[in-house]
Amino acid sequence: MNIPRSIYLDNAATTPTDPRVVEAMLPFFGEIYGNSHSAHSIGQRAEHAIEDARERIAKILACSPGEVVFTSGGSESDNLAVRGAAWWAREHGGRTHLVTSPVEHSAVIRTVGQLADLMAFEQTIVPVDAEGMIDVEVFADSLSESTALASIMYANNEVGSVQPIPQLAEQSHERGALFHTDAVQAAGQLTLDVQTLGVDMMSISAHKFYGPKGVGALYVRNGIQLVPSQSGGSHEEGRRAGTLNTPGIVGMALALELAYQEHDARATHYRQMRDGLIDGILATTSGAMLTGHRTQRLPAHASFVFDGVDANMLLLHLDLKGIAASSASACKTGNPEPSGVLLAMGFDRKLASSSLRLSVGVHTTADDVEYAVRVISECVEKVRKFSHRG
Amino acid sequence: MMMRLWSEATVGGRVHNRCCTPDQMADARRIASRLGIPFHVLDTRDVFHDRIVDFFVEGHRQGVTPMPCMECNRHIRFDWLLRNALALDADYLATGHYARIERREDRFALLKGLDDAKDQSYVLSVMGQAQLSRVLFPVGVYPKPQVREIAARFGLPTASKGDSQDLCFLGDGDYRRFLREHAPEIMTPGPIVRKDGSVIGEHQGLSNYTIGQRKGLGVTAREPLFVIGMNPYRNALVVGNADELGRRSLTAGQMSWVAGSAPDGEFDADVKIRYKAKPVHARIRLLSDARIQADFDDPLRDITPGQGAVLYCGDEVLGGGIIERDAE
Repeated sequence: MNIPRSIYLDNAATTPTDPRVVEAMLPFFGEIYGNSHSAHSIGQRAEHAIEDARERIAKILACSPGEVVFTSGGSESDNLAVRGAAWWAREHGGRTHLVTSPVEHSAVIRTVGQLADLMAFEQTIVPVDAEGMIDVEVFADSLSESTALASIMYANNEVGSVQPIPQLAEQSHERGALFHTDAVQAAGQLTLDVQTLGVDMMSISAHKFYGPKGVGALYVRNGIQLVPSQSGGSHEEGRRAGTLNTPGIVGMALALELAYQEHDARATHYRQMRDGLIDGILATTSGAMLTGHRTQRLPAHASFVFDGVDANMLLLHLDLKGIAASSASACKTGNPEPSGVLLAMGFDRKLASSSLRLSVGVHTTADDVEYAVRVISECVEKVRKFSHRG
Repeated sequence: MMMRLWSEATVGGRVHNRCCTPDQMADARRIASRLGIPFHVLDTRDVFHDRIVDFFVEGHRQGVTPMPCMECNRHIRFDWLLRNALALDADYLATGHYARIERREDRFALLKGLDDAKDQSYVLSVMGQAQLSRVLFPVGVYPKPQVREIAARFGLPTASKGDSQDLCFLGDGDYRRFLREHAPEIMTPGPIVRKDGSVIGEHQGLSNYTIGQRKGLGVTAREPLFVIGMNPYRNALVVGNADELGRRSLTAGQMSWVAGSAPDGEFDADVKIRYKAKPVHARIRLLSDARIQADFDDPLRDITPGQGAVLYCGDEVLGGGIIERDAE
């Protein structure tokens, strides 16, 4: 069995690191090896690089450098925001209510769940509609005088729907609650201007925008206090303990700059590729349905369900045809569960087990799209015939 | 490809299924990575549960001792999995069974594995030409120690792993406990009877016993008594003495023939009645395309309804079926 070609349509899972970013990181594995916390000049060289990166990132977020906290990635940023703000709010003012949605990344939803289960916080899970969107009024009704924090993701990782973040943040502030958004999927594609968005905290992760893995950031608005969820040294002004990942941070800063310098060209390219996939698949594949919002969605993100198709099997077929894609319901260990996001959107268990996510990137070509549409359409038919009860 | 089969989630509060544990899966993944081939896990839980686990429970309900491994090869491995592999444009499905496939002039022959102690042709007797033409058994031509040697040479992490045994979907290898938990209604006590119908004791549920069993019957008699049959309609366990244990013939149904059709008329074959039994010479008569009667030279003990009756000509498998219960 020869693999004819290799097409990567899983850029929402991770992206290849931009060679320019790799180049910029290399000195920090070698000559500039100091610990940015050290007082001597070798340490200071690392510190300078980190603070330079912090400034450049702050510029893109339209915030001040002191509002950027470096972390190990999206999950840690989410943990710090949710846990840190919840603990602080309870200790200082007695707010113990948390609001989130059923379509959040597990780093948010499980953290909120843990705070509710083990630490006596109350939680409200605001429903979403069939397109995965949160209704601002329903959201507002879920808030109360005891709400400490609402955390709603900017753009969904499974169905790509983009939430009305400025309105949700505004509603939260009216009730005196903090608002956090997980912008891990949105970063690099949508604006990260925190003034426009009106958020108090925002998580990003470098490897989603052609930066390195293992590094991320949390924007924390000035004046907001967090109890560090990772305790230890007084790094990051006491908000996050641990020696800073100098090469990662330098790489993240450049990757983010490139993403927004090249934003228009990239976004146009993403949309062309994405629409090619969506139009092609809906036109050629029977029983295919787009999931998520048709227009309020990430430019690089296409997601579908296929009636009567086992997603796990579909991914296997696609992999052997050289197409890397993903599905929330698929699982490397062979015990897939229906996608919780699709169930929350009102899909039945069967459809929620038939999802496919295709996320394009800067390297995706029109040829790739054409090939993918053809192969996906063929494989869907094939897999449908070999359903579980076959 | 690895099949994620249905199995009990927990036994005694411990996650414990025998063949699809995270460890086993990690091993398989590492082997594939070492060989540089793609690895995928297939969710086979539903079809396996419906076709194999239910079959196992239903067999016990009918008072027979079913062979889930044979059924799995018939419906799952060499049907569901093979069809999926072919749909993925695979040329062949290779498995680790101890048996051999030989290309003859006009057909494929299924032969015993070279290592007699490890031979698995008994449970593969459900295969026909369509299966044999697209399946490879690469290890069947080696003795097991040599297979381990080759695995070690290639640095495969499972080179020194223990052999697998028992039913894969049982948490702990104890099928009686499994039946008690999953089908308690068939584990009800009933009478122990002699062939003439006289009641001589009480049994603890038919599925606790196997044909030929002597110990643990809990009855006293002048001579040693053995389980010689089960009557599910009366929920009766039939016992008898050593003479009553042996039988000169059996009938088997659901015959499948490796060559695609039954040989003509009457013929001689060696019949294997259990996975670990020695093949015994018999005269075979076709009762229909799907049923045979095997007449043995001498009385044969432990003929167990539900187990396979597999016909051999020397090393070659002719076909196999399921031993039927005597007409009541």
